[in-house]
Amino acid sequence: MKRSNAPLFWLPFGAGGMLAALTGTMLVFITGIAVPLGWTLRAELMSYPHVLALAQHGWARGLLLAVIALFAWHAVHRIFHSLHDLGIHSGATAKLVCYGGAFALTVITAASLWSIAH
Amino acid sequence: MPEPKNIEICVLRYHPEHDPEPAWRSYQVPCTDDMSVLQGLQHIKDEIDGTLGFRWSCRMAICGSCGMMVNGKPRLSCQTFLRDLQPGPVRIEALAHLPIERDLIVDVGEFVNKLEAIKPYLIPREPRTLAEGEYLQTPAQLERFEQYTSCINCMLCYAACPEYGLNRDFIGPGVIALLHRYNADSRDGGQAQRQPILNAEEGVWSCMAVGYCSEVCPKQVDPANAVNQNKAVSARDYFLRFLAPKGAAP
Amino acid sequence: MNLDGGVPRPFVRPMRGWWRRDPFFVRYMLRELTAVAVLAYAVVLAVGVVRLSQGEVAWNGWLAALRAPWSIVLHVLILAAMAVHAWSWFQIMPKTLPMIFVGGRRLAGATITRAGWLATALTSIALFALARWWQS
Repeated sequence: MKRSNAPLFWLPFGAGGMLAALTGTMLVFITGIAVPLGWTLRAELMSYPHVLALAQHGWARGLLLAVIALFAWHAVHRIFHSLHDLGIHSGATAKLVCYGGAFALTVITAASLWSIAH
Repeated sequence: MPEPKNIEICVLRYHPEHDPEPAWRSYQVPCTDDMSVLQGLQHIKDEIDGTLGFRWSCRMAICGSCGMMVNGKPRLSCQTFLRDLQPGPVRIEALAHLPIERDLIVDVGEFVNKLEAIKPYLIPREPRTLAEGEYLQTPAQLERFEQYTSCINCMLCYAACPEYGLNRDFIGPGVIALLHRYNADSRDGGQAQRQPILNAEEGVWSCMAVGYCSEVCPKQVDPANAVNQNKAVSARDYFLRFLAPKGAAP
Repeated sequence: MNLDGGVPRPFVRPMRGWWRRDPFFVRYMLRELTAVAVLAYAVVLAVGVVRLSQGEVAWNGWLAALRAPWSIVLHVLILAAMAVHAWSWFQIMPKTLPMIFVGGRRLAGATITRAGWLATALTSIALFALARWWQS
């Protein structure tokens, strides 16, 4: 039987799923609800100089990239398989759109973070 | 003795020699408190319609023959009681996802072929003579595979697995659980021979961890655990094969 | 008649709408649906990073968008989906791990699930505390 390349996709899926399970809920609360509403957290937390400093900080920058890239890889992996579950067998095209999309998001984020640091 | 109450049993009937597709038929069956769904079907066959086809043997949930969909759930019909399904109607259908041969009888050919392919027997780690005596195993070594030996090949897990329904080439929960039963046995040395099956798309990678197979298993085999823990094993084999070409996984 | 060259042909039932057949499957599809929210959040953050790299005005525009009512509603939905994801991720966790033995005893599935939920709670508290500490 032919060996599947699934492990290449499954490992980042698992890593992203774990990261999202542990941190996703609170991250969404902080950046999407608490700070914008100024509720339990102050707006200064996400002020330009504050976040710029974060993005210029070595491992904080790495964590930010990891969150965005792994969340995206986790999500597109699930969406791709859900299409199969729903009987949409678009094969290579769906695969390209899903994983290509996550790859593009990763590259754009990495490039932006790189330009912030330099 | 109380008078038996009637219960309506609807059966999805299919006789390929004259039916283009399966169709529901309804039967009134006298029902006592001690009657299983299987006994209800036997009443239909003996008293109402002798052409009804279904498999059964032991009537005590160990032969694995009488699996069917009872009100949409995969069940052993000998282990499911009509009293729990009152007031009815009870809808009975052949095990989901499997091809129907006739009435409640499904085609088990694909399942048996897969079962043969995984070498479901001990492949000794090293040759051993009779004079060397029996294999010794600690309770901990036994526990690593014991639950998987409980599989009775009833295929309820296949009827619970939508991924199998969508792609019948998927080796499926039951056969992978049996594969793992031998791989996890300290006496066995056949993992390298079985690993290619797990590594394939039709192996563990067709599983989406729905988890329903383990819910419906009448023997608490937990096939979902057997399949999903082998994803990590297969991933390790994928990446480490370059370092240790012969059976990287332990 | 359903014969193939005189041989009775087994009937394969269609899978259309399979996920509506059992509440278990509906919950599974809900679990998979959380991926849409996870992706949406990754996109929101990525846009934020791009805007940050474009300077203060761009960044403040992104912040203003986050304060819009539709954004708050969107994030409440994403929050709910993230919580479902965390809940279901650890619920299925015992299936994905090999048997774990602690002191000769096999660790129960429920223990693994609860440990995961506890880890999420602790990580969340730590993240919030970090945010409180860092805002001042």
